Amino acid sequence: MESESAIESRNLTRRFGNLVAVNHLSLSIPRNIIYGFLGPNGSGKSTTIRMLCGLLMPSEGEVRVLNHRIPGEAEGLRHKIGYMTQRFALYEDLTTLENLRFIARIYSLPPGEHVRRIDQALDTYNLRAQTMQFAGTLSGGQKQRLALAAATLHKPELLFLDEPTSAVDPQSRRDFWETLFHLVHGGTTILVSTHYMDEAERCHRLAILDGGTMAASGSPAELMANMPAHVVEVESDLPQKTHDALEGNADILSVTQLGLRIRVLVEKSRQNPVEYIRLLLRDAAVEAGVNPARPSLEDVFVASTGIHKKRGAA
Amino acid sequence: MKAGLLRIFAILGKETLQLRRDRLTFGMIVGIPLIQIILFGYAINTDVRHLRAAVADQAHTQLSRRLIEDVQASQVLDIVTSANTGEELKELLDSGKIHVGLLIPPDYERRMMQPDRPAVQLLVDGTDPVILSTARGLATMPRTGPHGREQTAGIFEFRNYYNPERRSSVFVVPALAGVILTMTMVLFTAVAIVRERERGNLELLINTPVRSGELMVGKVLPYILIGLIQVSLILILGHLLFNVPVNGDLLDVYLAALAFITANLMLGLVISTLAKTQFQAMQMTFFFFLPSILLSGFMFPFDGMPKAAQYIAEILPLTHFVRLIRGIVLRGAELGQMMPDLYALFLFAALTLLLAVTRFKKRLG
Repeated sequence: MESESAIESRNLTRRFGNLVAVNHLSLSIPRNIIYGFLGPNGSGKSTTIRMLCGLLMPSEGEVRVLNHRIPGEAEGLRHKIGYMTQRFALYEDLTTLENLRFIARIYSLPPGEHVRRIDQALDTYNLRAQTMQFAGTLSGGQKQRLALAAATLHKPELLFLDEPTSAVDPQSRRDFWETLFHLVHGGTTILVSTHYMDEAERCHRLAILDGGTMAASGSPAELMANMPAHVVEVESDLPQKTHDALEGNADILSVTQLGLRIRVLVEKSRQNPVEYIRLLLRDAAVEAGVNPARPSLEDVFVASTGIHKKRGAA
Repeated sequence: MKAGLLRIFAILGKETLQLRRDRLTFGMIVGIPLIQIILFGYAINTDVRHLRAAVADQAHTQLSRRLIEDVQASQVLDIVTSANTGEELKELLDSGKIHVGLLIPPDYERRMMQPDRPAVQLLVDGTDPVILSTARGLATMPRTGPHGREQTAGIFEFRNYYNPERRSSVFVVPALAGVILTMTMVLFTAVAIVRERERGNLELLINTPVRSGELMVGKVLPYILIGLIQVSLILILGHLLFNVPVNGDLLDVYLAALAFITANLMLGLVISTLAKTQFQAMQMTFFFFLPSILLSGFMFPFDGMPKAAQYIAEILPLTHFVRLIRGIVLRGAELGQMMPDLYALFLFAALTLLLAVTRFKKRLG
């Protein structure tokens, strides 16, 4: 496999007993971008990340991360990758500074470098005021910045972030992504898993995971352009009735209520979806405005994972 | 290699820092030995002493006074008052002022010449079986003939080695060091690692260059020091509070303790690989702790146990340590005389370490 990619996997599979958490996943993740894993809980995001880090043995398949064969050469990879766990994994009974010092020593940074990098990290991640504060007493956003500071202290080439922003407010999340782009600018490759659409939309490239397989992949724009379904928006005073009238009909993939509007995904093969929906509503005697809409990433997500479910059921 | 050493020190430093902050654990390190030694040393007392007693000496001879002195010297009885007649003694007993009455009849000296007749009457408060059995023990006291010790008429010549005053604290305290170490060492290491897993720290650590061996060594080392501190504390307290002597070589004591501590720490590591929560780790520790206390010879004499129990006891590190520490501290034995027990501890430590390392690796995926 060529060295251009940060991560290459072929038929990566992991089984836990009868459960197939990751099912023949083939990835090719280029360097120097933010690559997102988007998927619902239990779609195999964390399991995949753990296998790519060499923490979990694949049941099947080949993986190369930064040209290291995994899991055989995982130990040599440790200095080149950083990993930010889903849960805050630093020591709550140590201060910010003590945590960073501990990490610096674990990575055997030279003593001089050690002080300089911690100093730099305190500035970069805006933790100067919390230097002497116990990590357990930090806010969600501060904890997350500390976790990122710790994960990047040894300047990894590749950074794994497992649902990094699940415990922070929207402003902290924006700031967090700001720093991620800085890191990519500095040459780091980032693999991030999320179930937030707004986060997924910021990634350079995305893989939508569902049931351990790749449901779709590409840049957010490509994914929206190659949407595997029609998006139709219905406006009605009786959203509940509209909802009931549409759901369960042939070729209707999903019906989602957003206030008074209803977003409907229709199978791509159906010709003239707007007419089709008008017909369904007329039959149910519901008055509503029906218009085609631009797909959002959420639509892509619902359509991809929904199609997958249907196929799985068939 | 050098990097590995640095990583061990990093873990070691972090662990020490956390330990210093964890007031509860820190308190337990000192508190457990302190409380236990006071509890066991004072409360678990199988030898009853200083029973309140009265004497009615109707003989008033040199020999009768000699008997009273002997009784007092045994410290079993404290002669708090005196009486003139048997009735007066009975009244004192009835009122609860005394537990034992000693009636020396006027013909005491003549009776002493007749071995088939008891010379002195012992009036005992039989409501407490412990007092009764103690007094019964007193009744078997050897007779002292009119011409002194040489003519003692007792059937047995009883000599009590190592613990001449028959104080149970002397027997209990050294072994108590082992009991306390079993509890604290196993529990501390097991909890220290399980806590990291519970809090998610381990997930971060295994992604760093730290190897599992380095992690284990770094985490276990501070507890070795703590264990040695506890041993010292117990021996010092035992000496100050209960006059427990250290007859053997202090270096031997610490060597035996070191082997025992290591065995327990390794067991703690094994438990840490089995337990998912701190609560489970605690349960497993107690599962191990209870048979250790009951079968090791700490509470009941090893030789009196059925064979099956003895086999189980041989597996437990505490059994071997109790033998070692009693031997060194009380008998003044040298470690070289008790190598099998020391080897047993090493073997236990090596096997548990092996188990811990293989299990720990599996955990990493």
